[in-house]
Amino acid sequence: MSAIPTARHARPATATPTSAPTPTATPTAVRTEPMTTTTNRTETRHADTNTPDPNTPNTDTTNASTPNSSAARRTGGDEAESRGTRRMNYGEAIDYALGIAMAKDERVVTWGEDVQLTHRDLLARFGNERVRDTPISESAFLYAGIGAAMGGLRPVVEFIMIDFATVGWAGIVNAASKFKDFSGGRWEVPMVIRAGCGGWYSDGGQHEQTFWGQLAAYPNINVVCPSTPADAAGLMLAAVESDEVVVFLEHQLLSEQMLDFLGGDSRPTVDFSAIRPAAGASGPVPTALTPIPLGTAALRREGCDITLVSLGVGVHRCLEAADTLAADGIEAGVLDLRSVSPLDSAAILEQAAITGRVVVADEDYLGGGLTGEIAALLLESGLGIRYARVAVEQTIPFAPHLEYAALPNAERITTAARSLL
Amino acid sequence: MSRNGFDPTEAYRLMTRMRLVEEALVTAWHDGIVPGEYHSAIGEEGIVAGILMHLAGHDATLLDHRNTSPLIGRGVDPESLMLEVLGSERGMNRGMAGHMHLMAPEVHAGADGMVGSGGPLAVGHAIANTALHPGRIAVAFHGEATSNQGMLMESYNMAAAWKLPVLFVCKDNKWSISTYSKSVTGGDLVKRARGFGLAVETADGTKVDEVHAAAGRLIDRARAGKGPGYLHVTCHRPGGHFEGDPIVRLLKQPATQAKVWGPGIKDGALAASGTRSDRISGVAELGLRGARAARDWTLQGRKDPLRRGRRLVGAAVADRIEAAQRAEIGAAIANARAAIGPRRTFGVQPVGAR
Repeated sequence: MSAIPTARHARPATATPTSAPTPTATPTAVRTEPMTTTTNRTETRHADTNTPDPNTPNTDTTNASTPNSSAARRTGGDEAESRGTRRMNYGEAIDYALGIAMAKDERVVTWGEDVQLTHRDLLARFGNERVRDTPISESAFLYAGIGAAMGGLRPVVEFIMIDFATVGWAGIVNAASKFKDFSGGRWEVPMVIRAGCGGWYSDGGQHEQTFWGQLAAYPNINVVCPSTPADAAGLMLAAVESDEVVVFLEHQLLSEQMLDFLGGDSRPTVDFSAIRPAAGASGPVPTALTPIPLGTAALRREGCDITLVSLGVGVHRCLEAADTLAADGIEAGVLDLRSVSPLDSAAILEQAAITGRVVVADEDYLGGGLTGEIAALLLESGLGIRYARVAVEQTIPFAPHLEYAALPNAERITTAARSLL
Repeated sequence: MSRNGFDPTEAYRLMTRMRLVEEALVTAWHDGIVPGEYHSAIGEEGIVAGILMHLAGHDATLLDHRNTSPLIGRGVDPESLMLEVLGSERGMNRGMAGHMHLMAPEVHAGADGMVGSGGPLAVGHAIANTALHPGRIAVAFHGEATSNQGMLMESYNMAAAWKLPVLFVCKDNKWSISTYSKSVTGGDLVKRARGFGLAVETADGTKVDEVHAAAGRLIDRARAGKGPGYLHVTCHRPGGHFEGDPIVRLLKQPATQAKVWGPGIKDGALAASGTRSDRISGVAELGLRGARAARDWTLQGRKDPLRRGRRLVGAAVADRIEAAQRAEIGAAIANARAAIGPRRTFGVQPVGAR
C-alpha cells in the first residue's frame, strides 16, 4: 500500500505516540465555521466561538423547512442577497457552482439519467451537448466519463443515487482509481461523480446508502459530502477543478431533488421539516464563490468535554446531540469532516487532543468504514482517546420508525457520548 | 401446463383487482401515508394479467418497480402488501422492504430496485429450474428503457446461448424515467431481441387477450425446452414514472409547474455565459419533451386495458366482478390504514411509533 504514490490518510507528522492529550483548549488550526442557521440552537453554539460568521443572512424563514416550494425558494434567494451571499437551497447551490465552472471552462460537461430535467437551468444555459441525458446504462456512461476525462474533457457524471452507481462500480474501483498510476502519473482522470446519497426519508435499503467509507478505500478517489449549501457549492467548485476523481455525494435529505418528488408541490400532505435539518437544506452561499480545498474539516461547534465527528446530515444530528448534552452541562464539540478522502486527520487529532473523547456518527455501514478508520487513526496517535461510534449496522429499513432507529440519530449519538463520560 | 384457453372473466377479475389495489395505494400516497416513492402499474394490467394467467404457482416472476399489480396477480394478500407499502412492520416484508423491494418467496416473486436485474435473476432461476424442476419457467418484467442496461442485454445472451426457459417481457411505455426513450436508444428493440436469438412476439399491451395469446406461444415453447422468448408489449403510464412525477404535474397543472420551473429556465436562457446556440438547443430540448409528453398522455391515455377487458366480458359480468373486488380491496385498505393510524408525515416518527 505504501508504494501507492497518492496514498490517502497520510498521518500528520505531529501525530506521534509521544503527543499527550492536552487538557485545555489550544489554538486550533481547524477552520471554525459555525453553521448559520435560523434554528434555536444558534446562541449556545456560537457562545464560545471567536469568529462570528460574516455571512449570517437576514432572517429568512420562508424556505428553510419546505424543500419543495421552488417558487418560494427563488423569492427567498433574492431577498436574502446581501453582504456577498445569496440564500440558496442545497441542490441549487451545487448547480450554482457547476454553472460557474461550466461558464469558466467549456471542457466541463455533465451527463446522467434525467439531468436535462433535474438541471433544466443548466440545460437552458449550456445546451443539450454539454448537459446530456443518458440511457439507463450506468456501467457504460460511468466508464464513458473516464474515457472523456482521459480524452480532455472534465465530465461531471451524475447518478440519481450512489446506489445506482454500484452497477458501474468497476469503472470507479478498477479504472478511475487506477489509470493515473498505470500511466506513471501521466494520465489524469479529472472527473466528478455526482450522486445522491443517504436517507431519513423512507426510500428503502437500495436507495439510501452512502458508500463513502468503501469509496474512500481506493487510491486516487476523493470523496466528499457537504452538510450545508455553502459547503456544497465550494466543494463542487473544488471537485470540478481537481485533476483527480472526486465522488461528490449530495445528501438526499438536504437536497431538494428527491424530496421535491415526494412532498411539497407533489403532495402537500407530506412535510419533512421535523426530520430535515433547516441549516443544511437552505443557507447563505457566497456569490463570489471560492473552492473549499478537499480534505479540510470544519469545526461547527466548540466543546471541551467531547468531540462529535461526522459529515453530511450526521453533522446536524451531532449538533442536536450537542444541544441535549449541553443541557446537562456537557460541552460537546462538533467536527464536520466534509471529506472522507482525503481525511483531515490533523483536525480530528487536534480536537481529540483537546477533549480526549471522540464519538463518530457515520451514516455508512459500521464494518470496514469511516468509524474503523478514525478508530485506527486515534489508536495509532497514542493519545489515549476514549472512543465510541454510531453507524448503520443493518439493511436500512423502509418503515419510517425502523429506519429512524437504524440510522445514526441524535438519541444514539447522545447515548454513545454519555458512555464515554 | 399452459392455460391456453383464454378466460375473459378471470382476466377481468385479475385486472380489476390489480387496478383497485393500485388506486388505493396511489390515493394513500397522495394522502401522505405511503412513505417514499410509489410507481404504480396502472395501465399495465392487460400485460400482467395476460401473462400471469399462464403461470403456475412454482413459476418465477422477477419484477421491477411496478410490482404491486404482478404480486397481487400472483396471489399475494392485498392487506399484507398494503401494510408493507404503508410502512408497517406487520407488512409482508416486516417493514424492511417497502414498495420498491417487495419479496414474496411463497409465490416465487420478487422485486429488485436495480434497473435490469430481473433479467439475470430470471436467468438464474431458469438455470435452477432446469436442474431441479424441469418444466418451470422464469418471467422477467422490464421496461423498454431497461433495454439499455448492460446486465439485461447480457442476460438475453446467456438465456439464448443456453436455451433457458425464460420469458423477457418488455413493457414499452416510451419513457425512460423522464427522458424520451427513443432519444437515448439506438436501433429497434424488437430487431435487437431477434439479434440475440430470442423468439419474439409483439402485442398491444392494452389488449389482454392479445397479450395472452402471444405470451402463450412463447411460454409453451420455453417450457418445452425450445429456448427463451421476448415479448414486446406497448403500454402507457398515466401516473408518470412515479407519483409526483413533474412531467405529469406539468401536464395537469401547467400554470403551477411553469411558475416553479420558469424562473430557473429563464435565468439559464438569459445568462451571459454559454453560446446562443447552446441556449437555443437547451430550451428547444425542454419544449420538445413537453410536446412529446402532451402527445403521449393525450393519445395513449385513451387506451385503458380495463375498458378493453370490460368489453370482453360484457357489462353485467363486469359489474358483478367489480362489486365483489371493490368490497374485498376496500376492506383491505381500510384495515391497513386503520393499522397505521393517522400519519400526516413520514420520516419523523419517534422510535417505537408506527
